[in-house]
Amino acid sequence: MDTLLQQIVNGIVQGSVYAMVALGYTMVYGILGLINFAHGEVVMVGAMVALSTILLLIGSSLPPLLILLISLITSIVVCMALGYSIERIAYRPLRKAPRLAPLITAIGVSIVLQNLAMIFWGREYHAFPPLLPNSSHMLAGAIITEVQILIVLVALGMMGGLLLLMHRTRLGRAMRAVAENPSAAVLMGVNVNGVISITFMLGSALAAVAGIMVSANYGIVHYSMGSVLGLKAFTAAVLGGIGNMRGAMVGGLLLGLIESLGAGYIGDLSGGFLGSHYQDVFAFFVLISVLIFRPSGLLGERVAERA
Amino acid sequence: MRNVLKHLTSKSRRSAWLAFVVLAIALLALPFFTDALLGHGWVRIMDFALLYIMLALGLNIVVGYAGLLDLGYIAFFAVGAYCYALLGSPQLGLHLPFWIVLPLGALLACLFGVLLGAPTLRLRGDYLAIVTLGFGEIIRIFLNNLNAPINITNGPQGISMIDPIRIGEFSFSSTHELFGVTFPSVHLHYYLFLFFTLLVIFISLRLEDSRIGRAWMAIREDEVAAEAMGINTRNIKLLAFAMGATFGGLAGGLFAGFQGFVSPESFSLTESITVLCMVVIGGMGNVSGVLLGGILLIALPEALRHGSGPAQQILFGKTIFDPESLRMLLFGLALVTVMLWRPVGLWPSNQRRRELAVENNATQL
Amino acid sequence: MTTPIKFDKNLLELSGVTKHFGGLSALSNISLHIRHDEIYGLIGPNGAGKTTLFNILTGLYQADSGRFTFNNTEYSGHCKPHVLAQAGIARTFQNIRLFANMTALANVMVGRHLRTSSGIWGALTRNATARAEEHAIVQRAHDLLKYVGIDRPHHTLAKNLSYGEQRRLEIARALATDPKLLALDEPAAGMNATETKNLKELLLSIRASGITVLLIEHDVKFILGLCDRVAVLNYGKKIAEAAPEKIRCDPAVITAYLGTEPIIPAQAEI
Repeated sequence: MDTLLQQIVNGIVQGSVYAMVALGYTMVYGILGLINFAHGEVVMVGAMVALSTILLLIGSSLPPLLILLISLITSIVVCMALGYSIERIAYRPLRKAPRLAPLITAIGVSIVLQNLAMIFWGREYHAFPPLLPNSSHMLAGAIITEVQILIVLVALGMMGGLLLLMHRTRLGRAMRAVAENPSAAVLMGVNVNGVISITFMLGSALAAVAGIMVSANYGIVHYSMGSVLGLKAFTAAVLGGIGNMRGAMVGGLLLGLIESLGAGYIGDLSGGFLGSHYQDVFAFFVLISVLIFRPSGLLGERVAERA
Repeated sequence: MRNVLKHLTSKSRRSAWLAFVVLAIALLALPFFTDALLGHGWVRIMDFALLYIMLALGLNIVVGYAGLLDLGYIAFFAVGAYCYALLGSPQLGLHLPFWIVLPLGALLACLFGVLLGAPTLRLRGDYLAIVTLGFGEIIRIFLNNLNAPINITNGPQGISMIDPIRIGEFSFSSTHELFGVTFPSVHLHYYLFLFFTLLVIFISLRLEDSRIGRAWMAIREDEVAAEAMGINTRNIKLLAFAMGATFGGLAGGLFAGFQGFVSPESFSLTESITVLCMVVIGGMGNVSGVLLGGILLIALPEALRHGSGPAQQILFGKTIFDPESLRMLLFGLALVTVMLWRPVGLWPSNQRRRELAVENNATQL
Repeated sequence: MTTPIKFDKNLLELSGVTKHFGGLSALSNISLHIRHDEIYGLIGPNGAGKTTLFNILTGLYQADSGRFTFNNTEYSGHCKPHVLAQAGIARTFQNIRLFANMTALANVMVGRHLRTSSGIWGALTRNATARAEEHAIVQRAHDLLKYVGIDRPHHTLAKNLSYGEQRRLEIARALATDPKLLALDEPAAGMNATETKNLKELLLSIRASGITVLLIEHDVKFILGLCDRVAVLNYGKKIAEAAPEKIRCDPAVITAYLGTEPIIPAQAEI
């Protein structure tokens, strides 16, 4: 088995998950200029709801794929409702307030979600039932599971779908108009509040899918899984250029590769001083370096400086 | 402020002095009262409360004055604490004196603040929030893992047997007999922490009403306008960030010396959020508000610990929420509620009060 | 650097300043100069590039090309707003940007920031130097508030002032920086006739005190009655620059204002 190739495969899979979550950050940022801190928690809720639905249905005689589909839909619906409520309750009333205010409510919302999840689902790690056929394949010397292949395909599919939505539909045009200039969009008859709600709901739907994918990959669900994932996905969005959808994809994949290659070789690079448990550190250093050297990200057109 | 003082009659000045003396005596006697009335555990809680209030005051400079959201503030507390722990314990075999270790910890925290702030403070506030959040996590990862191959931090077990706070021959960890009164260790720490808290309050108040403080608030209100008025916003923001970090490091050193033991779990995101809640709920940018917030948020978990179990038994017949998750849930709700309905916090700032006074006078005329 | 010549007749010189936003050319090849002690007006239809020019002068935007000299020093490269404020350009904003939750007095005191120097040490010790400086700041701020005609208690929060007072407070705050050039972005917008008249007197008095005034206005009558010279921008180009009486009958200006083209391009604001 080729280690380097294996690391690359793992990186691409992990990166696809980051990309899916990063899309949610980037959509909201593009339209409102706001970092939706609670987005990571929406991913967690998506995973948890799917888990509960599966556990409810798994005793029945339904075929596994149908169970998965039902749980996927439930989870998407719940997350969309959640995303809508977050925007209505925590962000909309503060749209004209100083910048600090929505940041603080966002933090508040994510703490509430995390602790509610802990109360509902408990502190323990839950096993995510393997519903998909999860056999492994050899791919040019590296092992890749079917779930992993599915993750990459779903991420690519969502990306393509979103780009089509943004550039080929009325809704997409309205979203771009609001992102460009909300007050002008109002004058042109765009329902700005509606567009913003839809953006949050779309981002949350993506988060639900990402939550299920990441749970299926690791086979584990936990109430705290959202915060670190959110932080990394945000890093991916910044790396690619926040507000830019292709950037979220590129940034996600790149961050996944950096992490997996970094974790694989950090021991050799530091002469055995640092081990692979420093994996989470890479995202942070990537974030800092991007902010220092290229705040607008790799594909960013918008200058990130200033309000 | 000076104008107000000038207009005070000598009588009201005398009553101000009287109030000050009464307050001072009350603060000095407080540990003996709580001992007598509430039992022996309370002075220790008060000691921790003072440490948290110091942290909240430090964060208030960053969030309240300059309007910068720092979500990893506890990391600076950790830097101060581990600096003290490493230089004054058997861990590395170093036993440097208190008066070297404490300032060194504060200085190191300040340095970290500058290193973190310099690249991020030229960007929008959101980036600072997320970078500090990341920094808080990173510090914990390092503290947890720097035990192999060379054992520096002793990993998740933490560092124990830290040297007690000692000034000259006077050790704060043992009971002392002074003027015929017995002062247990927790009482001595209370006085020490009270001194540092008052120092931080003094510094905060002086800064608030100064050229630097005005520049911070101008940046908080409108950064573009502040810069157009000739304020070098990046440097002034960095100053706020570094000062906040310094106070965090100071409190951290005191924490390590008091507890005699530090481990990474004392420095989680939860702690950062708790301190942030104190500032936001009490009243951003207002020292009295932050003090109130600190006291309330220290009292709340104590109340929950004793009250939430029985209350839930009565309401639901069983305990559904454990106090810790209930506490964080309430903190989160409080952050949202305060920002939506009372963004000035429970105790509005002087400026707001002065404004109210002006309006009242106007209606009277 | 050459030492500034005190009686050099141009305070500000722009030559060939160009600024693009994406494909849109907001300013193309603008050259103009402003003399010492004059009131210089800048007019033009919506989206003509007036505010963009302002933002370049005050460091919020960077010109893509061109030279920008102020008080005999060149500021063509990347210059931060606070550096230009230090050099002596102070401004107000089209959509008022006061420090809303600070008092009127504190707003003006912030304007003194760059002409004073107390730091942390001064704040903590309140030594004689710091106290004297603080006293002078307060005194100056009160004087400036009176000067611009704010009669309300000076401890009123900026956001509780009337619209006209807020505009004047912005001017007081800008004056507190001891500017050589005071740049006002639509100061008369939304004012009634009396307020406009008072503003005119205030601006004349400011000029009389030796401060050059640069003015953007929509109210053509106001600007033509006040300015010594006026430049007209249209679609990012300077189409005229002359004394007011000549501007009135300039055919290019008349065309620009009465309009021959129905399309109004989006205005670039901050």
